Amino acid sequence: MDIEPRRWLPLIGLAALAAVPLIAALTDDPYLVTIFTRVVILALAAASLDFILGYGAMVSLGHAAFLGIGAYTVGILAHHHQSGAPLLEAVPWLTGTNAALISLPLAIAVAALCALLIGALSLRTRALHFIMITLAFAQMFFFLFIAMARYGGGDGMVMWQRNTLPLINTGDSVQFYYLCLAFLAGSVFLLRRIVAARFGRVLRGAAENERRMAALGFPVFRYRLAAFTLAGAIGGLAGALMANLETFVSPSLLHWSQSGELMVMVILGGLGSIYGPVLGATLFIMLEETLAAWTEHWMIILGPILILVVLYARRGLFGWLTWRRHG
Amino acid sequence: MAEALLCTRGLSRRFGAVQATDHVDLDVAAGTLHAVIGPNGAGKSTLIGQLAGEIATDAGRIVFAGDDITRLPVHRRAHAGLARSFQITSIFSGFSVRENVALAVQAHAGHSFRFWRRADRERGLNERAEAMLARVNLGDEAQRLAGELAHGQKRQLELAMALAGNPRLLLLDEPMAGMGAEEGARLAELLRSLRDEVTILLVEHDMDVVFSLSDQITVLIFGRVVITGTPEAIRASDEVQAAYLGEHAAC
Amino acid sequence: MLLFLEQLLNGLQFGVMLFLLAAGLTLIFGIMGLINLAHGSLYMVGAFVCATVVAYTGSFLLAVVAGAAAAGLAGLVIESTIMRRLYDRGHLDQVLATFGLILFFNEAVRMIWGPRPLNVDIPTWLSGSVELFPGGGYPVYRLAIIVIGLAIALAMWWLVQRTRLGMLIRAGAADREMVAALGVDTRVLFAGVFVLGAMLAGLGGALAGPIFTVGVGMGENILILTFVVIVVGGIGSIRGALVGALLVGVVDTLGRAYLPTLLRWVTDPASADGIGAGLASMLVYILMAAVLIWRPRGLLPAHGH
Repeated sequence: MDIEPRRWLPLIGLAALAAVPLIAALTDDPYLVTIFTRVVILALAAASLDFILGYGAMVSLGHAAFLGIGAYTVGILAHHHQSGAPLLEAVPWLTGTNAALISLPLAIAVAALCALLIGALSLRTRALHFIMITLAFAQMFFFLFIAMARYGGGDGMVMWQRNTLPLINTGDSVQFYYLCLAFLAGSVFLLRRIVAARFGRVLRGAAENERRMAALGFPVFRYRLAAFTLAGAIGGLAGALMANLETFVSPSLLHWSQSGELMVMVILGGLGSIYGPVLGATLFIMLEETLAAWTEHWMIILGPILILVVLYARRGLFGWLTWRRHG
Repeated sequence: MAEALLCTRGLSRRFGAVQATDHVDLDVAAGTLHAVIGPNGAGKSTLIGQLAGEIATDAGRIVFAGDDITRLPVHRRAHAGLARSFQITSIFSGFSVRENVALAVQAHAGHSFRFWRRADRERGLNERAEAMLARVNLGDEAQRLAGELAHGQKRQLELAMALAGNPRLLLLDEPMAGMGAEEGARLAELLRSLRDEVTILLVEHDMDVVFSLSDQITVLIFGRVVITGTPEAIRASDEVQAAYLGEHAAC
Repeated sequence: MLLFLEQLLNGLQFGVMLFLLAAGLTLIFGIMGLINLAHGSLYMVGAFVCATVVAYTGSFLLAVVAGAAAAGLAGLVIESTIMRRLYDRGHLDQVLATFGLILFFNEAVRMIWGPRPLNVDIPTWLSGSVELFPGGGYPVYRLAIIVIGLAIALAMWWLVQRTRLGMLIRAGAADREMVAALGVDTRVLFAGVFVLGAMLAGLGGALAGPIFTVGVGMGENILILTFVVIVVGGIGSIRGALVGALLVGVVDTLGRAYLPTLLRWVTDPASADGIGAGLASMLVYILMAAVLIWRPRGLLPAHGH
């Protein structure tokens, strides 16, 4: 078997991401590590979106909601840890925490639960309805967090420090970067396994021919809901990491445009490969950094670029890279 | 008479002003090939839809293998042993031929909440899929993209998918539609060979095929059963001749 | 009681505003199968052009016409350059391309008008209030919006139910191929429906100027609420859009006005206000969820979907 780019490209990508702190040290540009921590976290969220979008054809325009829910779980736990006030007045022993071993799993669980509820409602519908409903539910959480004056309302809230872990100093930007990269690599590997397993085959089958799937005997809704929930859980993890990176949580994390940007990352990188969105997130942040350095009105360039990509370059970067070599 | 595998009583469905099926009583005996014929708009597609579970039933009952399945969702009926083909070929064009059938095998091999093992390397699924493909004479095409198959081959693939779950009853919705003469003959031969393995309910326009393969024929006109009987009885029926077969004979 | 009536009217007025967006959007969904995220941008264009024309000419009437016309023109341009290529594409492509349009429009408006929101004064001939019921005044301007909105709803209903164009629109919502088979130039029909929708959105934006602030991003907030309207009302139907819009407008307004007060019956004032505000902002989405459980296709969906 010849060596396809599809096989070695992801490894090169991982090596390149792993080398970022080294490059940052050599070029004396510590900001690079911060940028790439953002890239890695957004790549994680985008990869989870690709899982349902690229394989399950579920056009969810509300994925940032899970980012926000994960981030707020971490933020609220930290807030109570800082103030010492119990999470619920009625349960005085239930306090906040700053331990990542508690807050990260909790963020994932809460995001998964919300995804289960949103999915159970929105997956009753298809196509146009689904897009509008996922967007609307994300907006609901956006307004909910704005209304929570106790947790900073629209201004958000500051965490005094990052969540703590044994053995790893999360306050150190390089160590935190590698932590995030490990989460990304692990999640991408997991998702790749899942799409190739029986579950992924069902997901792809349902995207291509739902009617046939039912006639074959698959309860399609259940599989879709499970996929949607898993994507929400990983989105929650990304949000929890984002809260830690910024040590700041605000509703802007789940602004609808964030959902749109995640989708853009998926499409820029290439739909339905899990690897593509990682490339897409890198490309998007690079584009943002470059254009923003050039003009504050960089969106006026990004918008048309996006339209052109949609109209003329649907395969995305990963698809393009792996397709060209096939000849 | 043999025990009926599938029986309907008073099965009805109305779409607006149209009574698509009107108190249909049907008995499909186990081990037979039972054809449903009728002119366009007779309600054949609605009947198939109701039996498969895609079209809700207004009134009447469907009993399959002794169980009332009238309100069962599509996927539960499939697990009860009811497999089908579609009037317009319905396959997974983006999958390989083998993966199409492997997916059908998978549907009947426990739940698919399996997240770790690569499905395309599961020998259990692949071997059964290949056996099914060989059964419908598609063994050589296993690695091809399903969307690239010729029309007749896609029909064969659909049959392989339907057979994958060891169904007790095959619902075939106009399998001969759009077939060339040669393709059609091959498919008819395949259906003839399947007759001994599985009970078949066949909706078909090709009268030669229907009359040469069927044990029983039901004639449906305006949603109603006009007559059910052996091919000889149907051929001899003046009622059917007048209402239906006469116009075909002229063709 | 008077206050309640006033809030009810406010809800109606908001609902009517939502209807102006929903009517066009639901037809574009229903007929072209297109999801247009940039519909809110057309609303924003209408608002900004209206604000500018008022500032230069002082004529509010002229400004409203200009706002609607500008949105219609913008609609025509994006329909003939971009949307046309998207009708046959998947929804994902439509979402992404129109998302790109939003980024473009928002930034373009920011470059032309600057980052600061604009204020539009209510024209003198529409200012003041009118005594609708003894002892209860209601602003003339808001009343005018309700009247205009309901008149447009009536006109749209007439257009869709009673004219040849409407027949095509209804047929198109049910079956696109059939309209083409009737020998109708679908390109012209689609462009016409799109521009009509754009003008209604622009009109909505122009009328909204004196009530809400005119700023970048105003289009998206109302757009998402419009989506809720369409999900509640059902895709492709004008009646559904009207019912959905009024329902969402009234529920949202009354929820914000009364939910905190109502919660004081069950909990202490501080947390009642806190929870009430949160719950009120979620209320329309909860309404949407309820409709989804009860009727996944909306309250009054167009036939044939």
